[in-house]
Amino acid sequence: MPRDKKLIYLINTGLVLILFALLTVFEASGVFTRYSMSIVRLVCINVILATSLNVTVGNLGQITLGHAGFMSIGAYTAALFAKTEVITGQGGYYIGMILAGICAGIFGIAIGIPVLRLKGDYLAIVTLAFGEIIRVLIEYFDFTGGAQGINGIPRMQNFSVMFFVAVICVTLMYSVMTSRHGRAILAIREDEIAAQSSGINITYYKTFAFTLSAFFAGVAGAMYAHNIGTIGASFFNYNKSFDILVMVVLGGMGSFTGAVISATVLTVVPETLRQFNEYRMIVYSLLLIMVMLFRPEGLLGRKEFHITKVVDKLRNKFGKQSIEGGN
Amino acid sequence: MTNQVLSCKNVGINFGGLQAVQDFNLTIDDGELIGLIGPNGAGKTTVFNLITGVYTPTEGEILLSGINIIGKMPHQIVRYGIARTFQNIRLFDHLSVLDNLKVAANKDMRYSIFSGMFRLGGYWREESEVTDKAIEILDIFDMGKHAYKYANSLSYGEQRKLEIARAMATDPKLLLLDEPAAGMNPTETDELMDTIMLIRNEFGITTLLIEHDMRLVLGICERLMVLNYGQILAEGNPRDIVNDPLVIEAYLGKGE
Amino acid sequence: MNFLLQLLNGLQIGSIYALIALGYTMVYGIALLINFAHGEVIMIGAYTAVFTIQLFLANTNLPYILAVIPTVIICTLIGMLIERLAYKPLRNSPRISNLITAIGVSLFLQNLMMKLFGAQSRSVPSILNAEPLNFFGAKISFTTLVTIVVTTILTILLQLFIKKTKYGKAMTATSEDYGAAALVGISVDKTLTMTFAIGSALAGVASILWVSSYPQAGPMMGSMLGIKAFTAAVVGGIGLIPGAVLGGLVLGIVEALTKAFISSKLSDAIVFGLLILVLLIKPSGLLGEDRKEKV
Repeated sequence: MPRDKKLIYLINTGLVLILFALLTVFEASGVFTRYSMSIVRLVCINVILATSLNVTVGNLGQITLGHAGFMSIGAYTAALFAKTEVITGQGGYYIGMILAGICAGIFGIAIGIPVLRLKGDYLAIVTLAFGEIIRVLIEYFDFTGGAQGINGIPRMQNFSVMFFVAVICVTLMYSVMTSRHGRAILAIREDEIAAQSSGINITYYKTFAFTLSAFFAGVAGAMYAHNIGTIGASFFNYNKSFDILVMVVLGGMGSFTGAVISATVLTVVPETLRQFNEYRMIVYSLLLIMVMLFRPEGLLGRKEFHITKVVDKLRNKFGKQSIEGGN
Repeated sequence: MTNQVLSCKNVGINFGGLQAVQDFNLTIDDGELIGLIGPNGAGKTTVFNLITGVYTPTEGEILLSGINIIGKMPHQIVRYGIARTFQNIRLFDHLSVLDNLKVAANKDMRYSIFSGMFRLGGYWREESEVTDKAIEILDIFDMGKHAYKYANSLSYGEQRKLEIARAMATDPKLLLLDEPAAGMNPTETDELMDTIMLIRNEFGITTLLIEHDMRLVLGICERLMVLNYGQILAEGNPRDIVNDPLVIEAYLGKGE
Repeated sequence: MNFLLQLLNGLQIGSIYALIALGYTMVYGIALLINFAHGEVIMIGAYTAVFTIQLFLANTNLPYILAVIPTVIICTLIGMLIERLAYKPLRNSPRISNLITAIGVSLFLQNLMMKLFGAQSRSVPSILNAEPLNFFGAKISFTTLVTIVVTTILTILLQLFIKKTKYGKAMTATSEDYGAAALVGISVDKTLTMTFAIGSALAGVASILWVSSYPQAGPMMGSMLGIKAFTAAVVGGIGLIPGAVLGGLVLGIVEALTKAFISSKLSDAIVFGLLILVLLIKPSGLLGEDRKEKV
């Protein structure tokens, strides 16, 4: 591992730990109430949802409107697995989460292979259709609890666990996207024909991106199910998919840091507006329109916010060499 | 026959009744530098699209070093050793210049998704190898200084060069250049001619290029093919071709 | 006989889908925008109908069907307003920003109406109450008949408008190429506003027809209705007037038959399944033409 990379990793790890320490202190000291902590947990889930959708929408450049469908598959997989009580406790939680990801991923492959031939709005509407079909089928079958959904899922509301699961998920997705596989996906977003002519297997990488995205949506669904304890299919309708899409677009498509920030903001802001409950959604939707009118490329555009860039600037100020290596 | 890189035999394509290319025959020997010229709409780019698998011919066969490549997907054909550029530049605009080349090197990289995800040894080894190789290619094109810029921030001439560099990064046997000098000023064209000669002389890469700029064509091509209405009109030594009355007629119309 | 009845049911709901789909398809054809707020225009139309009847027509001897006039006017104005305020400033922005804005407008209208008139649905007084007609021994409700007839007439008028009038031709030209249309002196802005106006006026008619057979007006009613109508437009071939009508009718019939003979719970899944099937077999919809990207 090159030395400058090591430094970047160290800095980022440090920042994550500091954030975690801060939140833990806030929780212990009572600055954050139980209610605040429940929002923080929701942030963890939404961060995974937003970054995972960012893989298809931002990095692959394909608009999908069915993300909630994958989330629901994850949630139901984890809930049903927990109900079997084969493995209980923390171990069961993690295994359920992985199973949830795998199941959602399998659906991702099965749906992705046929639909990814379509482009643009056609893909958007077909993924919306798939999301709705998944929802209707979950409500139709008995083993999923039908329209009543599933109750009494073992609760798992440990903040530390959820925080680090979110960190790990985001890190893994980010690592893939900065590897050769991620580069291929970005190339497809930029120009499919050029990517193909550079030896990129478009079908393979499109399906891969879609599947990866579905996998982590499934993981987030599992977290959601264990966090809330009760799930029903109607929660995972297209409006939920829209919510997630909004997070990605507002953050700046293709930017992981943007997705993380906007998932956080868009989870916290509506909750703080709860005192003005009646106007909450009106304000939210107006904000959405305003942001699109005045900053259509989203908060960060395609850029990533790197703490290392800040360090870089500081270093340059003191006359030292850039750590990114420059040219 | 062993050093024959590409051979097209009676290749044709029909778009719903329109015969865009017909009876196209072409053999290219190893190391040749050939020009494909013809009036607009003659089917030159279609020939490229047929060779690179964007379109599948309705007739004939295309052999690359003796292997039939008809029916192969474009990305597979790159693996067999054909790389191309496009008439209207197609770069990965929002990737760095270096990453544009690294995308092209993807086909020769082996590390797995998990290796990338968990940053295992293979990732570091191959990434640094490919980066070095890409920088080497960029240096040949005198573009090393732009490695970390976005591709769309380059000047027009540099973007054209980057497209050729990216094609080179796929490690091709045969390079297809579609109007590489389009939109270039004379100085840039001169530079481009040097680059193309360099590619051929230093790396021995066989090149087929489409071009309207006769100065470039006559300056570097060893053999010319003229295409008109999807059919070969003339073929041979550049000097003879430009004096061929048939060719002149195709370009300028028949003198009354 | 039941089958025939269900078929007519399907034709009725399909006609409404078709009217709404026309709005989607026209806007999409010209602005390349999925106008997610189109469903909300219908919802506002339904509220307009309710209030016109309750506050005005109920106190007079006038027939309730006159509610169609204010409904169409309000819908048209709302459609134009949405275009002006939300979409026009974004004309040169990336497609995704337009899509998100459309979602934003849709959410805004839903929540605004919920705030103003509450989350519960309001019941709509019966609008077209005439005796059912006898049709080969089957009883067809008057509403069904009116719905089918009105849709047929409006579609024909729209088609004539687009093919024969100057404004219609301007719309076709604009949908082909903004720049070229502007070059020959067509005002792209006016054409777009007109497209939204016509689409929304049709939505107004659709909302009256909808509440005639499903007499409820609620803030969320437009959402799924809109998505299904858009689905219909895509099934038929987006951007095409005949496509929207065909798609709407196909969707309506499939939905009615599924509800009657397979399962009412599964009907949405089958409708969306139909969309997927059509697009996988013919990616540009039933009547659409395939276009390949030029290399």
